[in-house]
Amino acid sequence: MQDNLQQSSYKDLEQKSKYTNMFLRWFLYFVLILFASYFIFPLYVMIVTSLKTMEEIRQGTLLTWPSSLNFDSWLVAWGGRGYGAGDTFLRPYFWNSIKMVVPAVFFSTFIGAMTGYVLTKWRFKGDQWVFLFLLFGCFIPFQAILLPMARTLGTLGISNSVVGLVLVHTVYGIPFTTLFFRNYYISVPTELVKAARIDGAGFFKIFFKILLPISAPIIVVTVIWQFTQIWNDFLFGSTFSFGEAAPIQVALNNMVLSSTSVKEYNVDMASAIIAGIPTLIVYVLAGKYFIRGLTSGAVKG
Amino acid sequence: MFKWLEKNLPKIVMAPAVGLIGWFVYGFVLWTLYISFTNSKILPKYELWGFGQYEKLWASRKWLISVDNLLVFTALFLIFCIVIGIILAIFLDQKIRAEGVLRTIYLYPMALSFIVTGTAWKWILNPTLGIQKMFIDLGFENFTFDWLVNREMAIYTIVIAGVWQSAGFVMALFLAGLRSVEDEIIKAAKIDGAGLFTVYWKILLPMMRPVFFTSFVILVHISIKSYDLIVALTQGGPGISTTMPALFMTQAAFHKSQVGLSAASAMMMFMAVAAVIIPYLYSELRRENAR
Repeated sequence: MQDNLQQSSYKDLEQKSKYTNMFLRWFLYFVLILFASYFIFPLYVMIVTSLKTMEEIRQGTLLTWPSSLNFDSWLVAWGGRGYGAGDTFLRPYFWNSIKMVVPAVFFSTFIGAMTGYVLTKWRFKGDQWVFLFLLFGCFIPFQAILLPMARTLGTLGISNSVVGLVLVHTVYGIPFTTLFFRNYYISVPTELVKAARIDGAGFFKIFFKILLPISAPIIVVTVIWQFTQIWNDFLFGSTFSFGEAAPIQVALNNMVLSSTSVKEYNVDMASAIIAGIPTLIVYVLAGKYFIRGLTSGAVKG
Repeated sequence: MFKWLEKNLPKIVMAPAVGLIGWFVYGFVLWTLYISFTNSKILPKYELWGFGQYEKLWASRKWLISVDNLLVFTALFLIFCIVIGIILAIFLDQKIRAEGVLRTIYLYPMALSFIVTGTAWKWILNPTLGIQKMFIDLGFENFTFDWLVNREMAIYTIVIAGVWQSAGFVMALFLAGLRSVEDEIIKAAKIDGAGLFTVYWKILLPMMRPVFFTSFVILVHISIKSYDLIVALTQGGPGISTTMPALFMTQAAFHKSQVGLSAASAMMMFMAVAAVIIPYLYSELRRENAR
């Protein structure tokens, strides 16, 4: 009798916890999906708005679906309306950004790889201090270097040019690229390098024959990090360039702010999507590496 | 000669990085520091002028508003990012279906520039055609949402957009932290009769102390530097109600010809960042050496 009672109450309890569990599960999914919609909402609004006509925008709300897929505002955002002066569109600035990003990513990654290699495999007295010296560069607020940088670019004759921005982004990328490569190479066994040195391999041979072949993951992480940072930069772009040399983020901001006549939200949204698409594609294709860079080097604002 | 070259090759290879950073980071910061002690207006002057610029800075109403805004923004930004980040990380840690998809959604804003997302939020928050209209059309006729053009409330729109952009990042940090905890610890606690809530509250979250610390440092760092988002969303307005130190600095330097004053404001930002970063670097290095 006693046994029986206990058994049934256990069963009750089990049943109860099953229901609470199920309820908790539903609650879990509800909250997760609620947040997912908060995060997806602006992207949805951007896409939908860019596909509407201004008439539809005025009549509908943020959420209404466009009556037809209308890519006109994308064409206007990319190539303009073709009436000459005062017609601003993103195409030339998109290419400015490409011309800026490719060399800046290449140089900063290369310098970072070399420095990381020296700091881990050719250690010398005080190398930790050198690392700390470089690392601090990740953290400085760039406001503290804007004024002298503007003057330096002027003196060098490369202010308001893509070359100037390549220099700026290369220099201020070095602390991050060094950090990435240093932290990666430190886990590569030094015995490999020592053995190669005994066999008579030199500094560059060891780098290109031993370290470079196993560096693919960290190169991907670094390139994605640098690409995203430089593509998305606004502070340097807006301070050191204007007019025709501006990168795409600056052009986007000018476009959105300067519509003199009627505000064309559909064109604004199409422009924003165009400016965001390259990094978004990289993120979707290589999210794993993006997150790795983010969690190991994310100190930049 | 050749021998010397061979022996010093590593240092020669490293020289460009050290030289560039030495000049463009340390040299430039020192230059800015020096200029902050001069009476430079449109062009830098090199005669020392004492602390005049700092006195002017802290007497400036605009600077005080900037600092005030920064404190409000930082506090809210930190709280919301960390709370949302932790909730999402813990919930995602429950063997959720489609975890990968959800994670991708939470984190994608980090791949976009503040200018892109600021443009989107500006459109969403605009009082005529944005959220306000959405709710009115849904039947809430008296619904008003004019924060973007409201002096008192505009700063909170920057918080909304900032949290949206960065909360997923805190989620990623905490999720990585939770996943690195060994299963045995959780199992042992469960055998001892601890419920799921107790496991997280009493055991796992306290273990996440370093992750809290890292998130704190990174978020404070982001907020002190925030510039792009404000430019895209409010340009510091309405009036100067949403101005912040980074915006103050660039405006003083490049629009108002107050080079000395802008250098002083830049140094204040530098010191604020240093106050957060130096203890962080110190503890990180100690941890690394302890390993």
